[in-house]
Amino acid sequence: MLNQDHPKLTLTVMVLLAVLPPVLYLSGQTFYMDLAIRLVILAMVAVSLSLILGYGGLVSFGHAAFVGLGAYCVGIPAHHAIYGGLESLGLATLSGWVHFPLAIVVCGLFAFITGLVCLKTKGVYFIMITMAFAQMVYYAIVSIKTYGGDDGLTINSRSEFPGISLDNPLQLFALCYTVLVLTMLLVRMIVRSRFGMVLQGAKGNNERMVTLGYNTYRYQLIAYVISGMLAGLAGALLGNFTTFISPEMMDWTRSGEFMFMVILGGLATTIGPVLGAVVFIVVEEILSKITIYWQLPFGVLLILVVLYSKGGLIGMMTSLRKSKSKETA
Amino acid sequence: MSEVILETRHLMKSFGGIRATDDLNLAVHKGELHAVIGPNGAGKTTLITQLCGTQLPDSGQVLLRGKDITQVPAHRRAHMGMTRSYQITSLILDMSVLDNVALAAQAHMGSSYRFFRPAAQDRPVRDWAKACLDKVGLADKAHQLTRELSHGEHRHIEIAIALASKAELMLLDEPMAGLGVEESRAMVRLLQEIKGQHTIVLIEHDMDAVFALADRISVLVYGHIIATGSPAEIRGNDEVQAAYLGEESTAV
Repeated sequence: MLNQDHPKLTLTVMVLLAVLPPVLYLSGQTFYMDLAIRLVILAMVAVSLSLILGYGGLVSFGHAAFVGLGAYCVGIPAHHAIYGGLESLGLATLSGWVHFPLAIVVCGLFAFITGLVCLKTKGVYFIMITMAFAQMVYYAIVSIKTYGGDDGLTINSRSEFPGISLDNPLQLFALCYTVLVLTMLLVRMIVRSRFGMVLQGAKGNNERMVTLGYNTYRYQLIAYVISGMLAGLAGALLGNFTTFISPEMMDWTRSGEFMFMVILGGLATTIGPVLGAVVFIVVEEILSKITIYWQLPFGVLLILVVLYSKGGLIGMMTSLRKSKSKETA
Repeated sequence: MSEVILETRHLMKSFGGIRATDDLNLAVHKGELHAVIGPNGAGKTTLITQLCGTQLPDSGQVLLRGKDITQVPAHRRAHMGMTRSYQITSLILDMSVLDNVALAAQAHMGSSYRFFRPAAQDRPVRDWAKACLDKVGLADKAHQLTRELSHGEHRHIEIAIALASKAELMLLDEPMAGLGVEESRAMVRLLQEIKGQHTIVLIEHDMDAVFALADRISVLVYGHIIATGSPAEIRGNDEVQAAYLGEESTAV
């Protein structure tokens, strides 16, 4: 695709995101660190979703399920490590080297199995079926009383890694930020590769790609699995951050929020989903301080952005810059 | 010229009560430019979709080099040396012109399950795609967004894509569709250059173009081929005149 890197904007956003939270934290504003960690993790989910939604044109309405599954891959082993059980599977552990790979593998498998079915459908049907699978996971977790059902599950101890402590907000932030950057680089690399060209081609014109000789179903399935694994990884981080997980985090409204972040920022761009997540969370934070009915103005704002900015915030900026350069010319 | 590369036997396809393809028998010889003509709604595009595999016939067979490919999926047929172009321009408008052509090249130049190296640095693919664009006279627009080009240029990109896929057999669905007189002439010149290097099945409304280009012509009426022969034979065929050419033929 043409010229969609926005290097200056990307660098600005990423540097601000790296510097501001630790500075505020060290100057005593600890609240902002919480906000920043949540923001970075949700941005990572948005980036993972942008691979299939932005570049693949696959409107997945079930992305929160991966996040939730990833979080439970931290919560369940931690639960057993403290209260016993599952020792035979080697899952009763606090080791991050078990939690994180487990989250990635479980989400990859879930994406593979559901993707096999979902990707047979197109358009509205794809949206509905991805949502249906996510709701299935939601109700499955609700029904498992061992892990708290719909009351949720408290994670009494965070994942353990040698050398770093996730109980330290600065270190947790550093880990989340690093993983976000790596995710962005990975997605960027994938979409520019041969594979990524085919994925984007199938978004633009699926039948053409088939008659050119591509089994687009397989390409889309692989992208769907990669996207699910990355979201699962983000979920594992989210579980470590909140230390409380509940089925609510895989509700379809959550999936909608992730979709919105991607669309708000700008679909097929590297920085778009991150920018979308930043704006989404900051605006949400500000409005909820002003009024308890914050969801109403928030909704209106979202509708306006979707209606009037083609290509999301990134699209708005590019068209502004274009009209400016026209004026000077 | 006698070797048959593509053949259909008793091909049938209905949509509800409409028989779009009705006992269709066609034999395309290696190296020829075989035109398929017929009035609107004769089932020309439906024939193409069954040849390239995006639609399956209700019954009958499609054979490529003598091998039954009726059940072979479209993406695999492409790897057997078959490509098609579209009557309604079917490009990826948000990609560059070069990317569109490179995707066709890439399909036949190694695996596309490669996740790491940027496709834009894939020299052999990019060079071949550029060469194909050069052949259709669009090398200087390679890096423009496809959306920004004119309809006539889009028609030429369709041909560049067919060339880039290195297919022995090209199914061209009305390459002249929507072109002006001058643009049509340019397209005829282009097809004349390609002709002979590839076997071409040409579906076309433009009779001047068909009679200028075709080695053989098949006439399709209501999903059935009523006659096949050289341009001269088709012109002199009474049945064809009655069914299709009508007044136009008396003017020729």
